[in-house]
Amino acid sequence: MKWLLVGIIALCTTLGDVLNTAGMKRQGEIEDLSLGSLARMIKRIFRNSLVLTGFAALTISFFALLSLLSITTVSFAVPATAVSYLLETLLAKYILGEDVRWRRWAAASLVACGVVLLSF
Amino acid sequence: MNSESRNDVQKTRILVLLVIASNVLGNVSLSQGMHQVGRIISASPLDYLRAFANPWTLVGICVLAIWMLSDLALLSRADLSFVLPVTASAYVLVALGGHFLLHDHISWERWTGIVLITAGVVLAEETPARTTKGPPEHLL
Repeated sequence: MKWLLVGIIALCTTLGDVLNTAGMKRQGEIEDLSLGSLARMIKRIFRNSLVLTGFAALTISFFALLSLLSITTVSFAVPATAVSYLLETLLAKYILGEDVRWRRWAAASLVACGVVLLSF
Repeated sequence: MNSESRNDVQKTRILVLLVIASNVLGNVSLSQGMHQVGRIISASPLDYLRAFANPWTLVGICVLAIWMLSDLALLSRADLSFVLPVTASAYVLVALGGHFLLHDHISWERWTGIVLITAGVVLAEETPARTTKGPPEHLL
């Protein structure tokens, strides 16, 4: 059961993050960090189908994480999802069209390995 | 670098810090709450509502809502492949916080993990936060 939950978390987190990034890029940069600007951002999110679908995927991931945390420890739950760092970087390059060169690949790989080691 | 782009970089950095801080505080609270609530594997929303009645879980969810909004604001300004490794410093902060505040033991494997994540954060920080001009057209 716990590995099924890990799979659901990794897939839904990846899908949610990619959709949210695409949706927020479509919506446009947040100009300043004022409360008014934040309120406008939230209002526009409700009409942004990409972000809303991303939210749905992240909600599934969140409830799967709650279930996983109730049957195992954070030190198992968090490292098990480290694979999503590499998966998301791959999709960032090929779906989102980001310029992912060796530094970013190395950064994602180091972080994924580091997150796994933190569980020891 | 002109003052406008310096200002932009500073806004992105503030959002990165907000994402990291809310991630650390939210996950620590949520974890504490879920351990008090006990085992849940259920399709019934009532079981999850019972978990939300726990104050630690409730605080964790509120702080994670702040994390979600600041993460979305950050993703509107920066690449996903930049945001992911940079905000992973949250893991390092949780581990170091546990060591220095709660006197948790950190094994050599965990120290190696902390060093690897920190190296990943530094490498990603050296790349420009955004490499795309507009949204990905095939997803619109």
